[in-house]
Amino acid sequence: MNNGANQTESNKKKYDRLYPEGRKAKTLEAGAAAPEFTLKTTPDQAVNLNDFRGQPVVLAFYPADWSPVCGDQMALYNEILPEFQKLGAELLGISVDGVWCHAAFARDRKLHFPLLSDFEPKGGLARTYGVYREADGVSERALFVIDGEGIIRWSHVSPIGVNPGAAGILSALERLQKKENEVAA
Amino acid sequence: MKSFTEVERLAVPVSKRDHVQGPSNAFLTLVEYGDYECPACGMAHPIVKAVQESLGDRLRFVFRNFPLAQVHPHAEHAAEAAEAAGVRGAFWPMHDVLFENQDALEDEDLARHAAALGLDQAQVLAEIESEAHAKRVRDDFMSGVKSGVNGTPTFFINGVRHDGGYDLPHLLSALEEAAQEK
Repeated sequence: MNNGANQTESNKKKYDRLYPEGRKAKTLEAGAAAPEFTLKTTPDQAVNLNDFRGQPVVLAFYPADWSPVCGDQMALYNEILPEFQKLGAELLGISVDGVWCHAAFARDRKLHFPLLSDFEPKGGLARTYGVYREADGVSERALFVIDGEGIIRWSHVSPIGVNPGAAGILSALERLQKKENEVAA
Repeated sequence: MKSFTEVERLAVPVSKRDHVQGPSNAFLTLVEYGDYECPACGMAHPIVKAVQESLGDRLRFVFRNFPLAQVHPHAEHAAEAAEAAGVRGAFWPMHDVLFENQDALEDEDLARHAAALGLDQAQVLAEIESEAHAKRVRDDFMSGVKSGVNGTPTFFINGVRHDGGYDLPHLLSALEEAAQEK
């Protein structure tokens, strides 16, 4: 559901103009322990990474609610949610937007997974994972797949104007499941 | 970490199960993952036609379903209607009708479109209701997800995801470029 015939190209250019800082932070990679966090997902509910011990978690950092590529990306993940669930994984979207903004965005796009608000201190979690753009004030478009023991097993940072899709997440989750089956057998 | 320059490739090659226009030995293969209710796909529809016209027998075109059903409530049934027409040898006529009537995709509209193409509308509707073609549509969708489809429409040229624009000049020049690489 891109909105214009030349959107992919203009998105790349638009994001480069809006977020000129470029990549600087050193991103956490496979093998690193996933830093613990508690973030609000609604005005009166919080999500803690520890809540999901024993199952894989996908963290999808994105720059902002409402911007076109993010909308596409979250809409895509919303469609694929049953596949993530089949693989036992929990999906969490994360941006620096506040909880009320997330609520309106999630309602508008009919999202069936939580959006976490990395709002106070702004970008605190993104900074911990090495995916914050200090000068731009938003996070990278970054993906992390964390296993049931809280270890990062796969990470990916996409150019900020490019929707990374879900192929990488799914193959990382499938590898995790295969490993688990081997251990069980 | 995956590098920035890594290209996304079609995970499921074109095969007999696909809906194909153009010769099987064509130089160029354009695969579209699309959604019948998506306005951008509707916009791309005449552009693909123009590309086909311009490249003639040098091009093979393949359409696969990628309904974003959460944002487009009619997309799933529309895709299934196209598949129902497909088993009756009328995939492409239905494909055209759906893209040309994106504001008429309720079930009764789908039945009407089927009837206009000379198909048994009650049977087509029954197949939609019994989800007879749902698995086929889901298989298309998942093949897209695994290939790195990241929105609709997403095009693949000779198996590589096309990340540029898809207005006529951009799409045509990307195809011409791919033809020269061969």
